[in-house]
Amino acid sequence: MNTAVAHDYSGAPLGAPVYELTEVSKTYARNHVIALENVSLTLRKGSFTSVIGSSGCGKSTLLKIMAGLIPPTTGRVMLQNRAVTGPRRDIGMMFQQATLFPWKTAVENIVLPIEIRDGKAAANKALDKATELLDIVGLKGFENVYPNELSGGMAQRASICRMLITEPAVLLLDEPFSALDELSRDMMNMELQRICREQEATAFLVTHSIQEAVILSDEIVVMKPRPGRIAEVVTVDLPRPRTLDMMTTPKFGEIVDRIRGMLDKGEDM
Amino acid sequence: MTDYVTNAPADDETVQDTVWTQEVAFIDSVPRWIAMTFVFVVFIGTWQLVTSLGLVSPIILPTPMETLKDMIFVGANLLTGDYMLVSLWITIQEVIIGFALAIAIGFSLGVLVGETAFGEKAVMPYLVAIDTMPKVAFAPLFVAWLGFGIESKVALAAFIATFPIVVGTAAGLHAADENARMLFKTMGASRMQTLIKMKLPTGLPQIFTGLKIGAVGVMAGAITGEFLGGGKGFGELIRVAASQLNTPRVFSLILYLSLVGLALYVIVQWTQRRVVFWQKETVGSYDG
Repeated sequence: MNTAVAHDYSGAPLGAPVYELTEVSKTYARNHVIALENVSLTLRKGSFTSVIGSSGCGKSTLLKIMAGLIPPTTGRVMLQNRAVTGPRRDIGMMFQQATLFPWKTAVENIVLPIEIRDGKAAANKALDKATELLDIVGLKGFENVYPNELSGGMAQRASICRMLITEPAVLLLDEPFSALDELSRDMMNMELQRICREQEATAFLVTHSIQEAVILSDEIVVMKPRPGRIAEVVTVDLPRPRTLDMMTTPKFGEIVDRIRGMLDKGEDM
Repeated sequence: MTDYVTNAPADDETVQDTVWTQEVAFIDSVPRWIAMTFVFVVFIGTWQLVTSLGLVSPIILPTPMETLKDMIFVGANLLTGDYMLVSLWITIQEVIIGFALAIAIGFSLGVLVGETAFGEKAVMPYLVAIDTMPKVAFAPLFVAWLGFGIESKVALAAFIATFPIVVGTAAGLHAADENARMLFKTMGASRMQTLIKMKLPTGLPQIFTGLKIGAVGVMAGAITGEFLGGGKGFGELIRVAASQLNTPRVFSLILYLSLVGLALYVIVQWTQRRVVFWQKETVGSYDG
């Protein structure tokens, strides 16, 4: 993989590998479908990687393996030099839907991962930290509001806090803003970039939007279906921090066109 | 270029605010209390008309006035703690114990069926089979097993009310969406944690729907039990009044009985609003 030109959010060279997948394959025995074939991937400390591909290219399978929700058939899955054999505290995850629980206030929702892992007392101790996180995502004053009163974008901001509360080593983002309208989505993407920079987070994003992938990522993994595999890894050498204006630059358009070309070829198979 | 033309009127006199009223059909604009009074008056009026024209025999349908008189008589009897209150209390006891039993059994079975594959595969088919039977037909059996006391009525009441609670609980446990399940998995939640902290709270609206249907059923069960199994409850009073062709009495007894049923329903509804405070009011609820 070409990581030579990759830089972290502040422009410094990338840190040590955090998440490493080596020759990972997944075959569903039931119908002999090869969902993933020989996928190798390295996420470095403080980097932002996106995966893009048509449906059936195995990107959700890849994400589930990385989250420790399903085991691979063959291959090595290592996070912080420990094999991923199940859900872990140092993996943060975010979904398309905010999935906040309506019987809990915003802060109570945010400390839920701690409540599950360490119990109610530990969760209560983490309330202050949850309040700080809400401040970071711009939801100061919404601590004791129930999710019914939050807009879609606000709910997703709260779910970012829930993901960050356990200080995970890697953030797995499953099309986190695709349920939002386009204006909110652009804004949330810029927010996400800012938060990742401040937290020096290592992020892995699954998306359908080429623009979104390009504006956020250091590297874009293009996947192809049948069998699901990595077709190419595209390095995005736009300067950091990214701004929405960059979406109109020729360089941005060039990268988008290149990725679209790869995906179109994939459709014919 | 051509002159710039606006569509503003030339003279000041015709310049006005564009304010107009949206039409609302009269039937939609009637306030609730007027609408309810109207329906009540029409109902009583039709009743009065049918009886004063002599369309049906007074034995079959008493006049509204006769019924009102009897309601006052029954009401006085209840208030003075006479034999009718004793009967009513017996029926209320049957309803309360029956409902409590139905909740305990229905909820437990609902969790078994809704949470475990074993329950869904092995227990649910039998529950569905029993649920399709006419449950009232079991009344003689309960009498034979438990006698003519309140036990046989409690059993029938609980028997009828259990099934909607099972179904409501099982449906509620299936209500959580894929995202919520996945989220709990990624947080490393145990099965018990997932059940208690996520699936049960998510399913509370469905569970309460089951409880409300059960609350209606428990009343019907208790009264049917009294019709078929004797005893000293309110159902027995109705049965005796009917056999004496004392129709006004039957009417007023049913009315007071329905107040008990209504009270039970309102208690469940009130509890639901307190417990499931995040649930939006559904269409058809009493405050619209």
